[in-house]
Amino acid sequence: MKEEIIIAGFGGQGVLSMGKILAYSGLMEGQEVSWMPSYGPEQRGGTANVTVILSDKRISSPILNTFDTAILLNQQSLDKFEKAVKPGGVLIFDGNGISKPPTRKDIDIYQIQATDKSIELNAHKSFNMIVLGGFLKLRPIVKMESVILGLKKSLPERHHHLIPVNENAIKAGMEIINKI
Amino acid sequence: MSEEIKLMKGNEAIAHAAIRCGCDGYFGYPITPQSEIMETLMEEEPWKTTGMVVLQAESEVGAINMVYGGAGSGKKVMTSSSSPGISLKQEGISYIAGADLPCLIVNVMRGGPGLGTIQPSQADYFQAVKGGGHGDYQQIVLAPASVQEMADFTVLGFELAFKYLNPVMILADGIIGQMMEKVSLPLFQKRMTDEEIKEKYPWAAYGKPSHRKPNVISSLEIESVEMEKRNQRFQAKYRKIEENEVRFEELECQDAEYMLVAFGTSARVCQKTVELAREQGIKLGLIRPITLWPFPKNEIAKYTSQVKCFFSIEMNAGQMVEDVRLAVNGKTEVAYYGRMGGIVPSPDEVIEFVKTKMV
Repeated sequence: MKEEIIIAGFGGQGVLSMGKILAYSGLMEGQEVSWMPSYGPEQRGGTANVTVILSDKRISSPILNTFDTAILLNQQSLDKFEKAVKPGGVLIFDGNGISKPPTRKDIDIYQIQATDKSIELNAHKSFNMIVLGGFLKLRPIVKMESVILGLKKSLPERHHHLIPVNENAIKAGMEIINKI
Repeated sequence: MSEEIKLMKGNEAIAHAAIRCGCDGYFGYPITPQSEIMETLMEEEPWKTTGMVVLQAESEVGAINMVYGGAGSGKKVMTSSSSPGISLKQEGISYIAGADLPCLIVNVMRGGPGLGTIQPSQADYFQAVKGGGHGDYQQIVLAPASVQEMADFTVLGFELAFKYLNPVMILADGIIGQMMEKVSLPLFQKRMTDEEIKEKYPWAAYGKPSHRKPNVISSLEIESVEMEKRNQRFQAKYRKIEENEVRFEELECQDAEYMLVAFGTSARVCQKTVELAREQGIKLGLIRPITLWPFPKNEIAKYTSQVKCFFSIEMNAGQMVEDVRLAVNGKTEVAYYGRMGGIVPSPDEVIEFVKTKMV
């Protein structure tokens, strides 16, 4: 098993922490993992992206040009990374604020209305977990138990009371992902 | 020899490994992409547990001179910075080398020259392995290619520094510093007590006891004859290091017809390139120098009759390629491919370049 993923969006959408939770979940299952963020000023507004690799073998390059799955959470990221999905790969996007939706025919494209859902659930900060849920529905590369353990490992203890909220968000995300 | 597997950034791994291996002091000044080293140390507050000092100096120059002082008193001390900051430290590094003192310097490289960019680069290769500061000196240069090696080389770096009484540099880049991978941290070692230091390092300046002459630590020697003797002693030490401390890794070299040579992040890209090449039936191998000085020249030279072309793959304008050419000594072709200014070459680019040289 090897899954090469790019997650990209606005700074503040929780792109990096979503990648981190995914990486921790893989770690809990004894997989090889790497998490490589775009770093520097991008973390504070503008665009942020992170490459996450989960594999049962040693990971060679942590930097990639093409991906099995791209999770793209704003228009700039779609413009930049739609072409980076491997043929036959998966593209997930949130429709909020998208004027030019993806058009490729050789990949599977899914839409998840995670922004709308996070408003409906009154859980803005769980936006990224809704998206993660959608992804895991399509690519169950880690078990739900591992994700919960991963959340525990990656969140500081003072935020552990939020884990059930995050778990609900992941489950909600699983329900609202649709193929285009 | 180690504990639970953790997920962390390369920079964080250095900080944790330093605390664990009994480091006495860290002196630094923040700069992207390595600020997490000092941030992690400040969060861990080792002065409350092991007694390790962590200090944000007034500047990079201040930090390296604090390291000079700490090392002179026999303490296990370190500093870290990124390219522009490492340039500022060069005078201090030359003085430390000239005074036979051990210390660890971490350079998490970014693109230059000048203030450059904050993105990853390997453009400080020449500076690290060919001197950097003035005078005939060498520092041992370790090039980690994973988060695990960031932790391991912190421990190894101090061991080598004290074995040879010489500065050691960890030459990493923004990718190795910023990415998170699995790491198993070293076990805790106690810091040496002052009594142990007095016993083990008779050269250390810790205050003159009545029974001996003062220990003078200086890189200054006005008499040329004496200064030449000192240089001869340094050179003898460097030959010994070259003989004993070469480290490297080989991947798919046995039947290789074409050979990549790369270190750090470039070596990770090249691992992927080798995977792709082998899928396409190209017999490509990789030699990864782990010590950039001493350079694994004999280990590369061994393959001159076997391979049709060596490729030095670097995140700079072609620096290590000079050492590869010296090792190969004209016996076979040596080509360079690289990107500059913070761009990382992709495995596809590298393989396309290899194909241009295939006959």
